[in-house]
Amino acid sequence: MKYAISDVLTITKRQLLQLARVPEILVFSTIQPVMFVLLFRFVFGGSIASDQPGGYVQLLMPGIFVQTVAFTLASTAIGLAEDMKKGLIDRFRSLPISRGAVIIGRTFGDALLNILVLVVMALAGFAVGWRPTSGILQTTLAFLFLFMFGYALSWIGILVGLSVKEARTVQSVGFLVTFPLTFLSNAFAPTTGMPRALQYFAEWNPVSTMVAACRQLFGLENRFGATADSWPSQYPLETSLFYMVLLMVIFIPLSIRKYKNFSS
Amino acid sequence: MKSVIAEHLVKTYSKGEVVALNDLSLDVEEGTVLGVLGPNGAGKTTTVRILATLLKPDSGHATVAGIDVIKHPDKVRELIGLSGQYAAVDETLTGWDNLVMFGRLYHLGRQPSIDRANELLERFDLTEAARRPIKTYSGGMRRRLDLAASLIVKPKILFLDEPTTGLDPRGRQDMWGVIQDLVKGGVTLLLTTQYLEEADQLADEIAVIDHGKVIARGTSDALKKQVGGERLEITVENEDIPVAQEIVARISGNTTHLDLRTISAPVLTGSVALMDTLRALDEAKIHPLDIGLKRPSLDDVFLSLTGHVAEEIVEEPIKKKRGGKK
Repeated sequence: MKYAISDVLTITKRQLLQLARVPEILVFSTIQPVMFVLLFRFVFGGSIASDQPGGYVQLLMPGIFVQTVAFTLASTAIGLAEDMKKGLIDRFRSLPISRGAVIIGRTFGDALLNILVLVVMALAGFAVGWRPTSGILQTTLAFLFLFMFGYALSWIGILVGLSVKEARTVQSVGFLVTFPLTFLSNAFAPTTGMPRALQYFAEWNPVSTMVAACRQLFGLENRFGATADSWPSQYPLETSLFYMVLLMVIFIPLSIRKYKNFSS
Repeated sequence: MKSVIAEHLVKTYSKGEVVALNDLSLDVEEGTVLGVLGPNGAGKTTTVRILATLLKPDSGHATVAGIDVIKHPDKVRELIGLSGQYAAVDETLTGWDNLVMFGRLYHLGRQPSIDRANELLERFDLTEAARRPIKTYSGGMRRRLDLAASLIVKPKILFLDEPTTGLDPRGRQDMWGVIQDLVKGGVTLLLTTQYLEEADQLADEIAVIDHGKVIARGTSDALKKQVGGERLEITVENEDIPVAQEIVARISGNTTHLDLRTISAPVLTGSVALMDTLRALDEAKIHPLDIGLKRPSLDDVFLSLTGHVAEEIVEEPIKKKRGGKK
């Protein structure tokens, strides 16, 4: 147990070293979100009518932030599945290191990468006119929420990565899960245009509550959900926090258990 | 003293449908090399994975350095080195990065990890490539780095799972040299291979496994004897064949076999038969083009033990590939 922390840090450091050796990783992790910022801002932004002061981009940025951190699920899963396939996880497991260090270290590494990605995106957002109006404290809190959401999701990614056989499968599964989740939400368009059943789904969708929470924290008026009096619409911060804790309570023990027995 | 003992290991996959190990037992004497020889799917990787604490058997018992691998895997991990048939290292990092990282994970401390990494890179002739990502390494270099990573804490007991599979002849020769040096240093080694020649070269003792069971075991010589004794072979000019055949038949007491100009027959005491034959040929004024004793190859051993040749590949169950194979 004495070495538990140093084991975790060594594994985390490995991912940072990868960034240093292959800086393209950072470029590829940020290029898609930045592209989304530009596409939505300039392609759809013109035609999506918004009475939001400051324009559609104010509503859009929280959506893209949440969507981007949601992809942590897939990137964690892909990274882990690749390590498994290459036998690196076997090697780690044959070392006298503390149980769980390998996967905890990976979630830390992915979380650090998320910070970098969020910084790049915030800059891109700034460049196209996004301005949070709530002051430094609330804005920081919003980023803390985003960071934690990504971290919670990366634990689902760990379980997925340990459960599938091919990194490529993870990639398609990741997209299959994250695309509907991010689009069946209030991230890019109001949910009021959706069929009734989807509206309910979108309302309780953690992506929606996260987007609403961020919008609120960035200083926007909270106009969320078709049924504005529902619990997640009224308390997006609390609901999001609840989701994050719930995800971690479920997936951290499940993942660690799976890691310990995954080949026996 | 036995450094490694496996007793009655059973391991099945897919709810018992695929039997990987079927009551497999083996042991390795301290300071010696046991070659576990068998075709794909025979259970070699599964055996190594159980001994290296990566896999739990369904039943059976195994100890490494006297420690139960199922009850105390952590203690076993401190004592062993494991190198698989693929290079299990981080390919985006450099060789140096990898070795330092593994040193840290063995809790060596920062400077000792760096020193050990440099020392191993030097020893395995990788100093020049130390700062390059593993991606750029050749197959042989990767394998050497992988082996180096398993030697960081100077383990007394080493498991090498098909260390030369997929290497070209040059890479294989290099790897053999490296392994032989290690063995001279006194490690106990369990090595799996599908190459008969490799087991013959490196192992003190060989366990032949097939379908999850040890079907024969002994030194290379003993195994060859088990298959049959030596054969006397002489090659002569065409016109000498009838006389030479008669001589070989007389001395060996067996029927001879003729292949082009080469006459052969099984003999009981090879060296005596060889001298007698030479003498008889000399008296008959026949000068053999070639003469010698031929012992059966391990290929012959495998064929006679299993009824099929070693290269006849039985596909491994997919489930197993996931954790253990490429």
